[in-house]
Amino acid sequence: MSDSKAIFLKDATVNAADGDQRAFIRKALGGYYTNRDLQKARYRDWERARDAASMAKWSAVNDLANVLEKFTANFERNGGVVHWARDAEEARAIILKIAKDADAKAIVKSKCMTSEEIHLNDALEKAGYGVVESDLGEFIQQLRGEAPYHFVFPCMHVKREAISELFTQHLGTAPTDSPEELTMIARRHLRQLYVDADIGITGANFLVAETGQISITENEGNARLTAALPRIHIALSGIEKVVNHLDDLSVLLPMLATAGAGQPMTCYNTLYSGPRKKGECDGPEEFHLVLMDNARTRILADPEQRDALHCIRCGACLNVCPIFKNIGGLAYGTTYQGPIGSVITPHLRGLKQWNHLSGASSLCGACTDACPVRIDLHHHLLHNRRNATKESPTLFDQVFHNGFNFVISRPWLFALGGRIFRATLPLLQKLPLPYMGAWMKTRDLPKAPAQSFRDQWKNDHV
Amino acid sequence: MRISLFVPCFVDQLTPQVGLATAKVLKRLGHEVEFRAAQTCCGQPSFNSGQWDVAREGAIRALGVFRGAEAVVGPSGSCVAMMRNFYPELLKGTPHAAEAADLAARTFEFAEFLVKKLGVTDVGAKFAKKVTYHDGCHALRELRLKEEPRQLLRAVKGLELIESEEGETCCGFGGLFSAKFPMISTAMVQVKGGALARTGADFVVSSDPSCLLQIGGWLSREGKPILPLHIAEVLAHDA
Repeated sequence: MSDSKAIFLKDATVNAADGDQRAFIRKALGGYYTNRDLQKARYRDWERARDAASMAKWSAVNDLANVLEKFTANFERNGGVVHWARDAEEARAIILKIAKDADAKAIVKSKCMTSEEIHLNDALEKAGYGVVESDLGEFIQQLRGEAPYHFVFPCMHVKREAISELFTQHLGTAPTDSPEELTMIARRHLRQLYVDADIGITGANFLVAETGQISITENEGNARLTAALPRIHIALSGIEKVVNHLDDLSVLLPMLATAGAGQPMTCYNTLYSGPRKKGECDGPEEFHLVLMDNARTRILADPEQRDALHCIRCGACLNVCPIFKNIGGLAYGTTYQGPIGSVITPHLRGLKQWNHLSGASSLCGACTDACPVRIDLHHHLLHNRRNATKESPTLFDQVFHNGFNFVISRPWLFALGGRIFRATLPLLQKLPLPYMGAWMKTRDLPKAPAQSFRDQWKNDHV
Repeated sequence: MRISLFVPCFVDQLTPQVGLATAKVLKRLGHEVEFRAAQTCCGQPSFNSGQWDVAREGAIRALGVFRGAEAVVGPSGSCVAMMRNFYPELLKGTPHAAEAADLAARTFEFAEFLVKKLGVTDVGAKFAKKVTYHDGCHALRELRLKEEPRQLLRAVKGLELIESEEGETCCGFGGLFSAKFPMISTAMVQVKGGALARTGADFVVSSDPSCLLQIGGWLSREGKPILPLHIAEVLAHDA
């Protein structure tokens, strides 16, 4: 068993038994379902909008090299500097070099899951830079020293009292149970940091090829300050974030908001068009974009799962996932939690180590129905399981399934085996058998009938 | 019409009354019903475990078993989804692809067959009980069946249908998932089973016997006063 699987099983076991925490998460998502359905109803045809959003991403992903070239040419024409990073290490090195060249001290960041993917904060702090997360949820998680719980709602699992306590401990503020007051505490703390920072690091929601602009979506306005106030702006993005046309955003932006957060639109949707230009009074002096592969081309090379690159990181699949809701986001041990995380993490970090996430699903398909860009999520979990069996079959599985197949390929043996199974079921239920033992811990089996269906049918129809 | 029954392996061995009820309803509607005894398991446990080579053998066997059958009807959204959706995927690019597509077109889930193929919603059943309906995920999302079983239940004399909270939430069965990740599966059935029990219904009805195994197993262990019942058993009640 891989280490990551052992940790997953342990954490999932603890969390699945924590009824209070599970109820808290369920309650936290309660308003989301209502709002999402309300907003979806405002679309003339949500399903057609999904087609359009999916097609916008499909056409860029399936022509990725050309679209990226077009984007970077336009981005550079706007005065930005493009850096290509093959993997996490290269991306970190590029960002560290920019910071060093700029003789930077303080760095402020807005929400960027790609930076979580490459553990950027660790690298910057190790190199001696002060880094502060400016998104409220990420700020709280940074103070807690914990990874994001949900890649859109990073601290959704933290109760208000715990946040108040955290602020008292780290910022010396008086305890309060008012969400507004807690927000104001963070806001007051962060304001000066934007002014002091030499570098602002953001992510990117979309890269618009035809204009060379970067689109960033947020609810708090912190990304605007992060991008605009420091003298250097670094955006870090996966290469799959590119879209062809500005017009694509007319469907992608509202769908991102509705599918992910139940909003008609996210509060701030900003297009960044390069550094401060001559005659302009504000904006960064330098604008860098780090375009990172980090195994995305591996997904691109897999025609079956290529649509995973459509992902706009809205979080809809997590919000509807019964696995996520019952084990929580931290148990995954991944940057991207939930169904999309279970699909792509094996590509990012290795199938052998991370296939257990694809196994930990009832394949209910709620994620696939929720995805605004129509990623075939739950079927990809099946594909990962198949690929893992091919790549590194386990002896137990081989014996179990070939044995099972030996029986079911012989109807007489199946009938005989069934008879023995039914006759010995009361005994079998007491034995610590694989699978059966796990089932019996929390669930009963029906009383075995004396005759199977096929026996009764034979008797009725001779 | 001559209908070939497709009886899930665990129904055959553990809940044969579901298979018998399916046959009874179809016969009552005037159809001839056969059971081809060469059938065993559709192979879904192996398919879902990533053992596609093993599952493929099962798919090819099933093609042989049901060759020439006018209509194949199974009282399980999950097993029918295996035959309808996943056999063609398993056999894609093999000499069996065409026959897999043909079998897929002839195979129906029980409630789907009654409503969409036969155009029947009232099968003449009487069942004066309060029931709540559980959508199996395969029926709901792989076969896109939601209204069909409800139409059938609403036409049953005396039956009161109550919808539950968490209506489209998975029960946590997922085949071997329920035993490989029992803690997650149990948490899921706590959510689902709890919502079903809160309806105050006498029975939780589903067209998926595998979900009923999970839900019923948990309800029984927890001593909740609501019993699992397959939709075919409801529709077979005529007195």
